[in-house]
Amino acid sequence: MGNILEVKKVVKQYGDYVALNEVSLSVPKGSIYGLLGPNGAGKTSLIRIINQITMPDRGEILLDGERLKPEHVQNIGYLPEERGLYKSMKVGEQCLYLAQLKGLSHAEAKKQLTYWFDRLEIRGWWDKKIQELSKGMAQKIQFVVCVLHQPKLLIFDEPFSGFDPVNANLIKDEILELKKQGSTIIFSTHRMESVEELCDDIALIHKSNKLIEGKLDDVKRQYRTNSFEVGILSDNVEGLMYDITQKFTVGQTHFKSLNDELKLEIQLGNAKPNELLQVLTGRGQVTHFVEKIPSVNDIFIRTVSQNS
Amino acid sequence: MSILTLIIKREFIAKVRNKSFIVMTFLSPLLFVGIAAFVGYLGSLKADVKTIAIHDETGIFAKEFKNSEEYHYLDLSAVDTKILRDSITTEGYAGLILIPKATDMNQLEKKVQFIANDSPSLGFLSDTEDVIARKITQINFENAKLDTLAIKNAQAKVDISVAKSSGEATLKGLNEIKIAIGGVFGYLIMMFIIIYGNMVMRSVIEEKTNRIIEIIISSVKPFQLMMGKIIGTSLAGVLQFFIWALLGMALMFIASAFFGVQAGPTANVPPEMMEQSGSMAQMYLKEMWNLPIATLISCFILYFVGGYFLYSSFYAAIGAAVDNETDSQQFLLPIIMPLILGVYIGFFTVINDPHGTIATVFSMVPLTSPIVMLMRIPFGVPWWQLVLSIVILFGTFILVVWFASKIYRVGILMYGKKPTWKEIFRWMKY
Repeated sequence: MGNILEVKKVVKQYGDYVALNEVSLSVPKGSIYGLLGPNGAGKTSLIRIINQITMPDRGEILLDGERLKPEHVQNIGYLPEERGLYKSMKVGEQCLYLAQLKGLSHAEAKKQLTYWFDRLEIRGWWDKKIQELSKGMAQKIQFVVCVLHQPKLLIFDEPFSGFDPVNANLIKDEILELKKQGSTIIFSTHRMESVEELCDDIALIHKSNKLIEGKLDDVKRQYRTNSFEVGILSDNVEGLMYDITQKFTVGQTHFKSLNDELKLEIQLGNAKPNELLQVLTGRGQVTHFVEKIPSVNDIFIRTVSQNS
Repeated sequence: MSILTLIIKREFIAKVRNKSFIVMTFLSPLLFVGIAAFVGYLGSLKADVKTIAIHDETGIFAKEFKNSEEYHYLDLSAVDTKILRDSITTEGYAGLILIPKATDMNQLEKKVQFIANDSPSLGFLSDTEDVIARKITQINFENAKLDTLAIKNAQAKVDISVAKSSGEATLKGLNEIKIAIGGVFGYLIMMFIIIYGNMVMRSVIEEKTNRIIEIIISSVKPFQLMMGKIIGTSLAGVLQFFIWALLGMALMFIASAFFGVQAGPTANVPPEMMEQSGSMAQMYLKEMWNLPIATLISCFILYFVGGYFLYSSFYAAIGAAVDNETDSQQFLLPIIMPLILGVYIGFFTVINDPHGTIATVFSMVPLTSPIVMLMRIPFGVPWWQLVLSIVILFGTFILVVWFASKIYRVGILMYGKKPTWKEIFRWMKY
């Protein structure tokens, strides 16, 4: 499939402050790519460079194999975190204007707009002014403006902020639909559960440096600790604990269940899961046995605090 | 349609559709005419008649003071001065002229007093001095046994008539008309620059506070957006100017038709005077037509565009640097200063010496040239000076727009805090 976007050793400085320090990224075609990082990590700087709002000091960026050039703005749709619309302009006029700025002809812009307005059931808003709409309504318009010109690459910065759960879900479905149609989506957010749910790939930027990048599953595999959550019903807890602590490290854990069992988190080290199972089955009834997979949230917090 | 045209179109429509634009365009000429008419009306009102008491102990001068529309003189030489002094307040006299007894008239030169609670106007004082001095002079002549009639006949009165080297007769007072016309144009330019520059700034701030800016500049270059904004707004300004010009002409037409009827033969004026005043007015009109009107109007547009472009680049940069209009004041002051300087130079230097060094230099300096040069044009400016000044103006504009776009590019994405001058200069290097 190849990569739709390649960021190669990009450096951006503002005065003495280094916003991006030789950051390289590869965004695979057709993926949803989570761009993560704490506030001030350099995400917005990077996104602005990809959108050619600012220029990198060094390094290069390839879009679909070509060095980034001004015409490429037509292939990118950008929903910034800080977003708004002209308050006193009518919705329809405004969308037409913004679509034409992206290179669409008047006729085509109108056709696309009709499609999207029908799809999101907002046809009645055409002649309204933005100041008459609620925040959530305006957000929908911004989403439409962002995807209208059918860009190859979509960049969403905190797309769900300001939406109620119903509309957030609607937008989520639209994002997945766009992916199905072949668009690639770069998704920057602090909501880890959306990353978990949507992203195929992630990258983590912290203090101007890229720390992690890869397929979400690979990253998780890399960060797994070979520990298991175990639930066991046992008559001889002391004996059980003795047996386990002989070989493994044990901690307390919590998970929901209907039994009144002993809940443990067990570090296997280099041992195989079966070795643990053998110990367990000899001492009681196993009710729960799950590998503890690190969540994106865990990975984020662990990496960021390690590097602070 | 190209991106720039799209932006220009949107900015133009946004400005023209704005209610304040419509109100300004159609209301301000009416307001202007209204104020002019009001001032004219006030001027035509008769001032209150003031009564001046005269206590003349010599008995020579009192009858020399003739009542005018403004002042009535009351000979109260018989009344005691002490009572008179009090009567200023009690009787409501505007003043009291005290002429003491004198054997030698020349002693009076320094002894006449004027007593009043409110200080008198300079014109009134010098008129009073004239009346007394004339009488003393006359008496001196008589004492010296000089023939006053012969002296009167011997006094020459010179009236210089002004003419151009081409031999055409011109009129005195034409300089005033020229400076008035140049002044109106220069002042208009200043107003336009401030009003439309502010519009550009407000529209930049609006995009910043709306947060639409990042959406737009992910599609277009900040430079395109800035230029589109400046050009679109200037077109709205030119449109407004044309509407004003048309309305002005219509009003002039109506006014002259109106006054034409009044000045008709029914007016109670002797025919020979009518003829004279008619020919005078015709001569003034002819002079007006001799003014370089075509040059004036085309230069107005050139200087308006150049000056406005130059200043609105500053305005755009400032708008980008701040988050709201209140913060902009500190940065606006240095921009408005040269404009005001231009108007002052126009009214104080150009009228006295339209082609002097100061006037010439400031009609070249790009920050003041749109105003100063326009005020000079009615006096006739060598074409090379015009060309040079316009070239400098547009050259500076290109330079300034380049710097302004750098500030603009960085500023529009900076939210929250008001930058310092130092920070703004640093942005140029980003």
